[in-house]
Order: sequence, then C-alpha cells, then structure tokens
Amino acid sequence: MTMIDRKLLKKESVGPLMAVLRDSGRRIIAPQSVGSAPGAWYRELGPEDELDLEHLTTLSPKSAFLPMVEEILRFRNEGKRIVIDDCKIQAQPTVIFGSRPCDTRALHALDAVFLRQPEDMFFREKRAATTVITFSCAAADPDCFCTSVGGGPRDPEGSDLLVTGIGNDCWLVEVWTLKGKQVVELAPHLFQPAGEVETECLVAKVPVRFSLDDVRKHLPVLFNDEEFWREQSLACLGCSSCAFVCPNCSCFDIQDEADLKGGSRLRCWDSCGQKLFTLHASGHNPRGGQSQRWRQRVMHKFSYLPEKEGLIGCVGCGRCSRACPADMNLVERLTAIAEARV
Amino acid sequence: MQLIIGFAKGSNGRRRPLFARSPEQLDQLILEDNPPLNLAVYLRKPEIKRLGKAGVVATPAILRSVLQLAAENQYHDSEALFLALDADGAVVELSAVDQIAAFVSSSPNTPFPSGDGIQSKDREERFAYWQQEFERCIRCYACRASCPMCYCEQCIADSNQPQWVPVPPHTLGNLEWHVARAMHLAGRCVGCGACSKACPAGIPLGLMNQFLAELVEKEFGQRAGMATKLDYPLSVFNVKDREDFIK
Repeated sequence: MTMIDRKLLKKESVGPLMAVLRDSGRRIIAPQSVGSAPGAWYRELGPEDELDLEHLTTLSPKSAFLPMVEEILRFRNEGKRIVIDDCKIQAQPTVIFGSRPCDTRALHALDAVFLRQPEDMFFREKRAATTVITFSCAAADPDCFCTSVGGGPRDPEGSDLLVTGIGNDCWLVEVWTLKGKQVVELAPHLFQPAGEVETECLVAKVPVRFSLDDVRKHLPVLFNDEEFWREQSLACLGCSSCAFVCPNCSCFDIQDEADLKGGSRLRCWDSCGQKLFTLHASGHNPRGGQSQRWRQRVMHKFSYLPEKEGLIGCVGCGRCSRACPADMNLVERLTAIAEARV
Repeated sequence: MQLIIGFAKGSNGRRRPLFARSPEQLDQLILEDNPPLNLAVYLRKPEIKRLGKAGVVATPAILRSVLQLAAENQYHDSEALFLALDADGAVVELSAVDQIAAFVSSSPNTPFPSGDGIQSKDREERFAYWQQEFERCIRCYACRASCPMCYCEQCIADSNQPQWVPVPPHTLGNLEWHVARAMHLAGRCVGCGACSKACPAGIPLGLMNQFLAELVEKEFGQRAGMATKLDYPLSVFNVKDREDFIK
C-alpha cells in the first residue's frame, strides 16, 4: 500500500463532512451507544445521532459486509415446479466511519474467503460499495494485542482513509486509496494540506505479547497432543461468544425458511465452537469434544489460514477475551502455545 | 476427591473458573460473591467428568442449581461434594441431596436480581423493551451454554426437522428463541444470573426468567431449587389441573 495524500481535518469539521457524505447518497455506519447496552454499536448514523468514538464496539463492523442474516435466494412452488428467484443484492453506497485499525485489517481475512474464485457476489457488491474510514487508537486496553499479530494502533491496512489525532482540535487524515480520495474530493473545503512534516501523533502503545512465529511453528506439532488441547479448553462452555464477536470469523450456516407457497434461503453467522457445526446426519461428530472444537478455532486462525491464504485469522482486537464468560484469554493460550516445549 | 472447582484470579481484573487437581493449585482459590458464571454448569461437561469426583466451592445459587438438577434426575446423591459457607462463615461439606436441601432451606432466601422497573410497565412498553433488547441478539446461544438448567442433549433450537425455532437472528427468530427458552425455564430457573452475564450483547435475559419464576411461585407455590422433589407446572400432568383456560 502506498499513501496517496495527507490532509488535516479540524474536529469541528467532522459533522459537516458527514453531512456531505449523506448528501452524496452514502449511508454512514458508525459506532454509537444503543440504549443501556454495554459498549458502542455500529448502526446507521442519522443526522441527529451521536457518534461514539470513545467506547469499544461490542461487535466489529463485519456485519456491513457479512450480515448476521442475509437472504441469498427465494423459491416458490408453481404447481409441481419450484421456481428459483435471485435476490436483489443490497449494496447501498456506505461509509464505515470510525472503524479501528484492527477491525479494518480483518477485512483481509474476509476478502480472502469471499473474494476467492468463485467470488461471493453478496459480499463483493457490499465491499465495493463501502468506504472504510478508520481512526487510529489513541488508547488501548489490556486485552488489545494487535501488535502481536502484525497490526498496530495506527496500521493503515485495509483503510481508505486513516484518521489519527494530532492534538486537541485536529485530525491527520491519510488517504490510502482512490475511494478515500473520493471522500476528500467531495468536501475539499473541509480539508487542509498537511505538508510533508511528520507530526506528533496520539497513538496508543500496545506491547507485543507473544511470538507469532513460534505459535505458527508449534501448532502443527501440537495438533495431536490431545491432553494439551483439553487442558487449554477445560473451562470452555462452548458458548461461541468468541466467534460471534470476532471480526475475522466468517463461517456461516444456510437455512431455509418456507411455507407451502415458497420461501427464502438465508445465510446466517455460525461458529465452529458449537457441537452442531460438525454433526453429521449419521450422528457421528468428527469434532465430538469441546477441546477439538477449541483446537479447530486456534488452528484455523493461526495455522490453516496462514498456510492457505498467507494471512493470520486474528487481528488482536481482544473481543473474544472480553466476551468469554470463563475468561479463556486468547493471549494466554497463544503464549502457552508459543512457549510449549515441542 | 480428584478435583476442586472454584474461582481464581483471571486476566485483566476478571475471575475465571479454577480446576485444581493438586494441593498447590488450591492456593489460587478465591471466594467470589459475584461470580461471572455458575460453576454447576461444569458438572455435566464430559471433559470435567473424566477428571474424577469433583468438589465445588458452592454459592447459594450453585446449591440451588444442584437441587433443581437433582429434582430433575440430573444430579444424583454424592456425585460431587459441595463446600459452602454457613451463617457463621464456617465451611460445610455437603454431598447428599437431602443435606443440600436442608442447608438451602436453612439459608436466607436469595432474592432474584431486580429489574430496572420494567416489570411494572404495561404490556406494550414491555414488548417494545424486549424488541429493542433482542435486536442486539446474535444467536450465539451463550445464554444456553452458561445455564446449568439447559442440559438438553438436543436443544429445541437445534432441531431442524421440524424446525421449531427460526435459526436466523432476525426479529422473529430472536423473539421465538428467547420466549421458548424462558418458557422452558419457567419454574426451573434459580435466578443465578449467569445468562445475563454471559450474553456478549448485554441483554438482561435473567429478567424474563425472573418474571416467570415469580409467576410460577405465585400461581403454583413453587420455587426452583428449594426442594429435592418438585412438580413442575409445565411438565406434570395432573387430572385435577384446571382446564378452564382452554377455550
């Protein structure tokens, strides 16, 4: 990736910029608070809604590309025939405003799955219609570990625009793609030139917690060590919170909802942590125990995806660690893998 | 006893379950008044069962869960040992179901967690409230996984022939799932609050169970986890049952 341009944006110009984006027909998806729910949530941001860049979002903006439930075709009974109708793909021009570098980086793992041949047209259309404006992290919490998996609090990977605080009243805006350039060109009067000088940026410090190389080296060796995985996952309830809050997890289930006249085929989020995920019609389950399901989760992210697609299926956002009711801290588990004597 | 299950210090200010298998590991044990989950849920896990007979550091909610499980034939006398604190702060060892029942009935009754006044609102407001809450449901089923009473080998939500509950996390599917779960727990929920705590979306699921628990107590005079034998209003057929509500 090469940076195209650098601009300055006054904080007071954020509201006017969003108004311009809305006027251009783009819908804005941005973190905001929802009732008494904990954290912030990505929702469509109307002119009256308040942007919340302070709180961590409970979910990543993944559902803008891979909705929790999505209709992929319709069918109807006509006499003895079943007629299949295509669904109109809902790909409204969208701006994700206020993503975090980790969540934006996670789009690579989704791209690798959904844009490999044959491309998934539902994902592709939404991805193409969406501009991602990421905000660098000025603060991190102890569950953050982006720097351990190749990212960082100011990582531009996947962003169209990367916005970084440089003081009380100003943002530094890095233009990384043509989509990002289009946003700047929509409202040139709101941006000032940033010049060549490197500015002091307000960016969180996130320490590296484990050796990713060692994790990757040890995983194939540990694969058959049943006792190791059982011990790692003893507390696991199989609740799948980790997968459902993960910005990288992309597994889905296909469900038909129908009545006598016809129905819809739906794609819904799913998780390898649930025993139903691999249950065969015969009753046999190749991943019959929770330890095997936990191993699959770790292997998929840190061994299979790197091997197959050359990328890690984890961006270190820490959501799984925050969500787990049994405190199965992923960093601790990965550290144990990196430090295992194999 | 091959195993003691309790809580230990977890990561970043959290608590985590401890599965101590040596006296040294017991040093990590801490007493937790506000546990993030209900340890009784581990008693049915095959991975835990294979470690041998367990001792559980038990809060009143855990003991009531076990009593309820015993009444439903899911826990049998002396399968595990429970270490509880009596009113004087002394450790009591409980194992037989009758012992647990005696201990529970002599302990002060734990009130259900209080809702933020939603119960007193009218029907439309309550419905609107739950619609709004369920909108965040991602159908991860952490509520089910964290619940000691959700021990069905095949959950109604996992059945697809026929499909009783819509799987997708849309409005109807979420409403049906949570109402189905609440109904299945009516008179069985001990009010431990583990479902609300496990929910990654922060939906206060326990409130629904509380509402039904209070209703069952009022109508049938029963409260979950208080006795070794219970007649559940929703699973018992009694010829004397009133049927005048069936139109």
